[in-house]
Amino acid sequence: MPKDGGIGASTKRREDVRFLTGKGRYTDDINIHGQTYVYFLRSDVAHGRINKIDTADAEAMPGVVKVFTGKDFEGVGGIPCGWQVTDRFGEVMQEPAHPVLAQGKVRHVGDPMAAVVAESPEQARDAAEAIEYDIEELPAVVDMKEALQDGAPKVHDDLTSNLCYDWGFVEENRDAVDEAIKNAAHVTTLELRNNRLVANPMEPRVAVGDYHAGTGDYTLYTTSQNPHMIRLLMGAFVLGIPENKLRVVAPDVGGGFGTKIFHYAEEAFCTFASKQVNRPVKWTSSRSEAFISDAHGRDHVSKIELALDSDNNFVALRTDTYANMGAYLSTFAPSVPTWLHGTLMAGNYKTPLVYVNVKAVFTNTVPVDAYRGAGRPEASYQLERVVDKAARELGVDPVALRRQNFITEFPYATPVAVEYDTGDYNATMDKLLEIADVSGFESRVAESKARGKLRGLGLNCYIEACGIAPSNLVGQLGARAGLYESATVRVNATGSITVMTGSHSHGQGHETAFPQVVADMIGIDATQIEIVHGDTANTPMGMGTYGSRSLAVGGSAMVKATQKIINKAKKIAAHLLEASEGDIELKDGAFSVAGTDKSVAWGDVTLAAYVPHNYPLEEIEPGLEETAFYDPSNFTYPSGAYCCEVEVDPETGKVEVLAFAAADDFGNVINPMIVEGQVHGGIAQGIGQAMLENCAYDSDGQLLSGSYMDYAMPRAADMPMFKVDHSCQTPCTHNPLGVKGCGEAGAIGSPPAVVNAVVDAVQRAGHHDVTHIDMPLTPSRVWSAING
Amino acid sequence: MASVTITVNGKPMTGEAEGRTLLSTFLREELSLTGTHVGCDTSQCGACVVHVNGEPVKSCTMFAQEANGADVSTIEGQANADGSLNTIQAAFQEHHGLQCGFCTPGMVMSAAALLKENPKPSETEIRDYLEGNICRCTGYHNIVKAIMAASGQDVSAIAAE
Ligand code: FES
Ligand code: FES
Repeated sequence: MPKDGGIGASTKRREDVRFLTGKGRYTDDINIHGQTYVYFLRSDVAHGRINKIDTADAEAMPGVVKVFTGKDFEGVGGIPCGWQVTDRFGEVMQEPAHPVLAQGKVRHVGDPMAAVVAESPEQARDAAEAIEYDIEELPAVVDMKEALQDGAPKVHDDLTSNLCYDWGFVEENRDAVDEAIKNAAHVTTLELRNNRLVANPMEPRVAVGDYHAGTGDYTLYTTSQNPHMIRLLMGAFVLGIPENKLRVVAPDVGGGFGTKIFHYAEEAFCTFASKQVNRPVKWTSSRSEAFISDAHGRDHVSKIELALDSDNNFVALRTDTYANMGAYLSTFAPSVPTWLHGTLMAGNYKTPLVYVNVKAVFTNTVPVDAYRGAGRPEASYQLERVVDKAARELGVDPVALRRQNFITEFPYATPVAVEYDTGDYNATMDKLLEIADVSGFESRVAESKARGKLRGLGLNCYIEACGIAPSNLVGQLGARAGLYESATVRVNATGSITVMTGSHSHGQGHETAFPQVVADMIGIDATQIEIVHGDTANTPMGMGTYGSRSLAVGGSAMVKATQKIINKAKKIAAHLLEASEGDIELKDGAFSVAGTDKSVAWGDVTLAAYVPHNYPLEEIEPGLEETAFYDPSNFTYPSGAYCCEVEVDPETGKVEVLAFAAADDFGNVINPMIVEGQVHGGIAQGIGQAMLENCAYDSDGQLLSGSYMDYAMPRAADMPMFKVDHSCQTPCTHNPLGVKGCGEAGAIGSPPAVVNAVVDAVQRAGHHDVTHIDMPLTPSRVWSAING
Repeated sequence: MASVTITVNGKPMTGEAEGRTLLSTFLREELSLTGTHVGCDTSQCGACVVHVNGEPVKSCTMFAQEANGADVSTIEGQANADGSLNTIQAAFQEHHGLQCGFCTPGMVMSAAALLKENPKPSETEIRDYLEGNICRCTGYHNIVKAIMAASGQDVSAIAAE
């Protein structure tokens, strides 16, 4: 039994109390005396030349403080990209400039071209309507393959084409893979699209810039998953403000899902403008604005080929993907279809030869970057769809085909350059078959049939790479940042503890889960421990929260710092107990001398550290505060197996998700309740992608799904109750907690399960020609597939 | 601008509102009751749900001036008199019915309205009732479970802890 409040306990979340009583403090709840408001005038065309922007009338409107255009930012840096990919010919990617406000051209609907700062949001908005502008509309490129054709309109005139990069991995395998596919007994081919999504955290983005003329200090309050990274990118690359003059605060943040990782123009604008107008400047995004300014996710078009020998062993895999970058490179965009996608293409299988080609393409659309899972859902979707299709073509059981090809020995070095440390794919599959009651499926098919419905079952497995690191490796791969994490553990004089972490919580429950770890290590009550995060002024430099890394990387830094605390506290205890340090044991919040009944309480040791009257001052310093930075030696590799059961109405094509089960291996689990919540949320986003969500542009680059009227967000009635299990645990071998990360699994594992299930239902009804339906599986698509 | 007086959580409060000022904006900006959230501009997310004269209302769909003289309850007024969480709030915490907390005020206010109208809703009834409340974090599982538990139903059989 886990100790109450310790590792393994489903401790109730302490942050809930403020959220449930309306006392959260989100960025939009922050108002600073003297604050002004900015409204961005955004392009309503996808591609155009700015002939004129005349702000004179707007400046004369009531309440207007100042109107900005691209000209005001000519001496300022552009929004930087944090990752540089090298293509398969050894050349670095094409990297366009990304001004804070458009200069010369607008390149997507929503591209900001002017900004009005006024006394009230209404006045700013009214004045923006008075800006006169002349945009000469240019032909837009929206479709990726068309964008790469000769003579296609160029998104960036100074680049040679719309191709950002043509990446191959592992390039040395290219010919061998081609050869193996040519000679294989069987090749299954599938073309598919990973639909463009909008992350849609429920809190829209907000930024408040606050320049203090008295000190020359800037503070930016922003809805960010990683305030330190924003400080670095914005300070060093955009505005030239050194860190000692720039503080970035991300208070309570209402969900992120990746789209709040990136550094955005609006953050730089508010910070910059607050000095220009010498008053705080606040921007609150509307939801409509979010659709045209938050980085989007996914949007890959792929062809995958799986080659098998005559015994159904996977012998080679090749995939060709077009990845949409949108009009500019968002912070991590280049890494998503490459290192976060290609390196996972082996999946759970011992396929000896893998080759991944990715062409990243500029189009006149909103930039595309990481969204929950980032690259790994795209990899898993291709792989698990093609394996399912192969099983059908070969007439073999899809579970048996998977099991036959599973990696079963660890560590395992894949042909795409990663080494899985642990896993047990058969165990999660066994668990899944049990919790999803797969053996009872046939009788449920009959029951559905009796009601005129087609029932289908889809299974898949997944592996992902989390806790992105190590820094020296990602540096070689093109990252322009380190990917360690940090923690400062400050033990206060009376024994309570404040942990300052570089990671950030925006729904993940760090304020509850992190103390569980420290409480367990020291043996004190978790309520004595407080987590501080989200403010660069009082946390050590850390890289923030994304890629399911908080506990695996940030938690490990905290463990390291706590270990240093314990080591020092033992020295103090040894002195107080007049014993040798090697004999001191820490248990249940007290230090004792081994084999004796002599002991001293935690609080007495911590007090001695700060009131060092009886203290070994010649050996150690007073105080009890330690910082650690943790840079992992490898990714972590959560894995699992998912099952979806659907019912299709053949009359209408409507699909209902009846049941969903997930068996995950996250290694050790600190707070099972929180872990399950993460899986639930990920599954809902995956079902959303598979069934409902689609960010659609017309051929002129107009966004067709620009609000909740047109972008189908999953609602309560779209979801079943989920069955989730995380009892299969193969602990990570290289971090001190043995944890792997759970934030993205659901979003990775669920889309292929849903599509496999719908294809199964349709095939069972005799439509053997229907081997694939693109997401989202809307009634019209499913009906058309059936009635073909 | 006009002066608007409403009774919020039992206390009369007065502020200024333009004709176009929404009740949600008025509560947040004029009365500093920032527990009511704004998640969209098409009246679909439900983060802004409050009760006006006892009925659930998306406060972004009502002008502040229309609410003049009304009795409004918001998330800030839901806890018990001693400050402890009320039954619905406590059930949300107990069953992990929230993550980032942004949809939560609207969810709690909608759940309160539902249970007033239907004291023992089924799972389907809850899901249907929450049609106008979007949560991006939880997948709804634990929200539905929390509301069932708040209504006194046994949720121990519902999968997962
Ligand atoms: S803010 Fe009122 S429904 Fe979204
Ligand atoms: S808890 Fe984050 S949107 Fe519901």
